[in-house]
Amino acid sequence: MEFLSNLIIGVSLGSIYAIIALGYTMVYGIAKMLNFAHGDVIMVGGYIAYCGISYLGLPALVSILLAMLVCTVLGVVIEGLAYRPLREAGSLAVLITAIGVSYFLQNAAQLIWGAAPKNFSSVVNLTIPPLFGGALNVSGVAAVTVTVCIVVMAGLTWFTSQTKMGKAMRACSEDKAAAQLMGINVNRTISMTFAIGSALAAVAGVLLCSYTPTLTPTTGSMPGIKAFTAAVFGGIGSIPGAFLGGILLGVIETMAKAYISTNLANSIVFAVLIIVLLVRPAGLLGKYVPEKV
Amino acid sequence: MNKLKSMKTAAKVNFATYLGVILAFVLVSVMRSQGLINSAMGGMLVPVCCYIVMAVSLNLTVGVLGELSLGHAGFMSVGAFSGIIAAMSLQNAVPFAPVRLGIAMLVGAACGAVTGVVVGVPVLRLRGDYLAIVTLAFGEIIKELINCLLVGVDSKGLHMAFNLTGTLTIDSLGLGEDGIAIIKGAQGSVGTTKLASFTAGFVLILVALFIIQNLVNSRSGRAIMALRDNQIAAESVGINITKYKLMAFVTSAALAGAAGALYGLNFSSLQAAKFNFNTSILVLVYVVLGGLGNMWGSIIAAVVLYVLPEALREFQDYRMLVYAIVLILVMLATNNPMIKGFFARLFRRDRKAEPKGGEAK
Repeated sequence: MEFLSNLIIGVSLGSIYAIIALGYTMVYGIAKMLNFAHGDVIMVGGYIAYCGISYLGLPALVSILLAMLVCTVLGVVIEGLAYRPLREAGSLAVLITAIGVSYFLQNAAQLIWGAAPKNFSSVVNLTIPPLFGGALNVSGVAAVTVTVCIVVMAGLTWFTSQTKMGKAMRACSEDKAAAQLMGINVNRTISMTFAIGSALAAVAGVLLCSYTPTLTPTTGSMPGIKAFTAAVFGGIGSIPGAFLGGILLGVIETMAKAYISTNLANSIVFAVLIIVLLVRPAGLLGKYVPEKV
Repeated sequence: MNKLKSMKTAAKVNFATYLGVILAFVLVSVMRSQGLINSAMGGMLVPVCCYIVMAVSLNLTVGVLGELSLGHAGFMSVGAFSGIIAAMSLQNAVPFAPVRLGIAMLVGAACGAVTGVVVGVPVLRLRGDYLAIVTLAFGEIIKELINCLLVGVDSKGLHMAFNLTGTLTIDSLGLGEDGIAIIKGAQGSVGTTKLASFTAGFVLILVALFIIQNLVNSRSGRAIMALRDNQIAAESVGINITKYKLMAFVTSAALAGAAGALYGLNFSSLQAAKFNFNTSILVLVYVVLGGLGNMWGSIIAAVVLYVLPEALREFQDYRMLVYAIVLILVMLATNNPMIKGFFARLFRRDRKAEPKGGEAK
């Protein structure tokens, strides 16, 4: 029973990683850039939701929508101002710019909201009665997180396979020049990707803060790195890969904490990542493209 | 004079770099003896030297070998703590401080190199962004492992324990009466005797430059750069990929280890958390802003960017915000074709205006 309860905690933590990883993987798939500022968009989402609930007295759902809206705008603005001018530049230049954006967001948040941690009250007030005669407790947050993750995943799969914009995204990630020749507006497609990724980041931020109720300007960095790891783990650029990678990462982390060592949980996660990459260099579900000469 | 003219451009640049470093050292030493440097600036001298060596060594991996490494601080961390252990345990055996510092730096470099081999052999099989994420992962693993380390020394020798469960403390080592704790797990090293000096930093910079520039201008260096430019072509003319990649990576890790040892012995206490992902990124920023493969660029970028946040102290809370904006703007200005074209036109006009103007770059 203890194992099952750890598994549930792991899956729900993994669901948060998966939602963040979706943002990473979509942006990587289409713009071929590591968006290190993504973790900080999560943090901004958390703060906006916090402000909505605590200062404006909005209901939780409205605050989440507000956070999604703000993060969407933020994502599009960041892309337009910082990344678009570097579309033709080398990947290192874009990486450093993304790091600059990440510093900027962290420090701006510190100026606006202060460095002291904010106490985020969970947006989920759902209680699930104990199962198996009290042997298994599932928290409301865990249930909601897993549900949200599945909904997001299903929604994104439908979006990328069925809608016109989704097909444009896949075309751009395959070959930008050819997509442009087919009349796809590449810049608008990339903006749209950032918008979706950032909106998902806001959702992830709210869920993350419902889990660990302290909110600081650096809240987003470690989950950001972990989610990035999850995206690579599953095969970066692949949406089901991000989902699988996120869930596996969450489960491995929780199990390592429960049964091996609290101090080394992150190391174990990273070690598994390294082993997986050595066996499958393109991640679990990634496509290995051999270089043609 | 004739000899200077007949030198190759690369040799001239190397020569100028050494000269610049030596001049800067003399200048700072003179200013220090005249009391022109306040204590805040004086305290930054050794860390600046360490970061210069970090930047130059990372430049070997990123600029010369062309592989993105996001875990360089991990090697610095290994060097720092092994250097501290060496220096503290040799306190009685080697009473002369500079020699002890030298030994500590050598031990740091050796441990850095060994870690470099352990990390490099599996990692260098990967390419591009995958390699970046794995180096990041290794950096984090090294940080957590050192966080679990308990080390003490007494008359019987070195005692070590690995705090896996979080239940051990420094007392579990069973140190003798005369024992001293060196590393206390997550608290890091405590009560380290400070040995680092600006002169040692200066010597380390010169040694690092000497090693890297000689490597780059050698047969091996050309092989490494060939791998960067086109791995498949390089392989097809018979260059041993693993050997040369590992050579560059391990040299870089060893230098980072030496820099870490110097850094660790500059503070009386130091936590492994100091060498996290952000430190690796900081050094990477120095390398990219200084110019890939350009050693003197790395040196200047490290100095300017390390001192800049301190110089911006009057903006207080806004300084890191300003730093972030400067970083983004510099990247945009140096990489956007439109802005680059604008600057190019601007400079061309300048040159037309004064035809006798300085040397063309």
